Amino acid sequence: MSDNEIRDAIATAIDDNDVILFMKGSPASPACGFSARTVAMLEALETPFAAVDVLPDPRIRQELSALSKWPTIPQLFHKGELLGGCDIVTEMYESGELATTLGVQAPGDAPEQAPAGPEPQPAPMGIENRLG
Amino acid sequence: MAGGRYPVLQMPSADEVKTRIEAAIPGAQAEVQTADEVHFSALVRAGAFDGLSRVAQHRLVYDVFEGELGGAIHALALKTEVT
Repeated sequence: MSDNEIRDAIATAIDDNDVILFMKGSPASPACGFSARTVAMLEALETPFAAVDVLPDPRIRQELSALSKWPTIPQLFHKGELLGGCDIVTEMYESGELATTLGVQAPGDAPEQAPAGPEPQPAPMGIENRLG
Repeated sequence: MAGGRYPVLQMPSADEVKTRIEAAIPGAQAEVQTADEVHFSALVRAGAFDGLSRVAQHRLVYDVFEGELGGAIHALALKTEVT
């Protein structure tokens, strides 16, 4: 994929998904604490979201940041607009604004403080052991 | 820079981060903390944030450190307030 194709694929993904999170790792195994926290907040609100792992190719992050003019990961988009990174999403979660913006009702058991999320797992190195 | 052959990765102090934010954003006041000089957290209050979305407020601060976030500054946890 050329850099332009990556940028187009990112733009399409943002357009096609009402709620999309660009993160390090996957929702099931986040590779960074900020990504883990953002996933945990979305899960606490029981809102469906699409997720893209930026780690497999450094150009994903490069092209995403060029597109969004936002330097850090994670990045949460709603209906094509950047809502923010972990800090803003945390503020919005705790004020109730996140649920309102996403158009969901926070479940009764959703914690008031932003949940911490699971311990981040280091990204797999992708080294295959052929010695054994 | 000492004019050496290789660029030196400068480790910024919390004071430097504060000074640079306050110099770049008119009327800004920043409280900056760091435990390890690579992960920072900052509370920035500025009149210049008035009327801007939170994303735009944070972008103003991030722009001060363009190219350094993810490098010398691993993370900058940010909270902004309008004054």
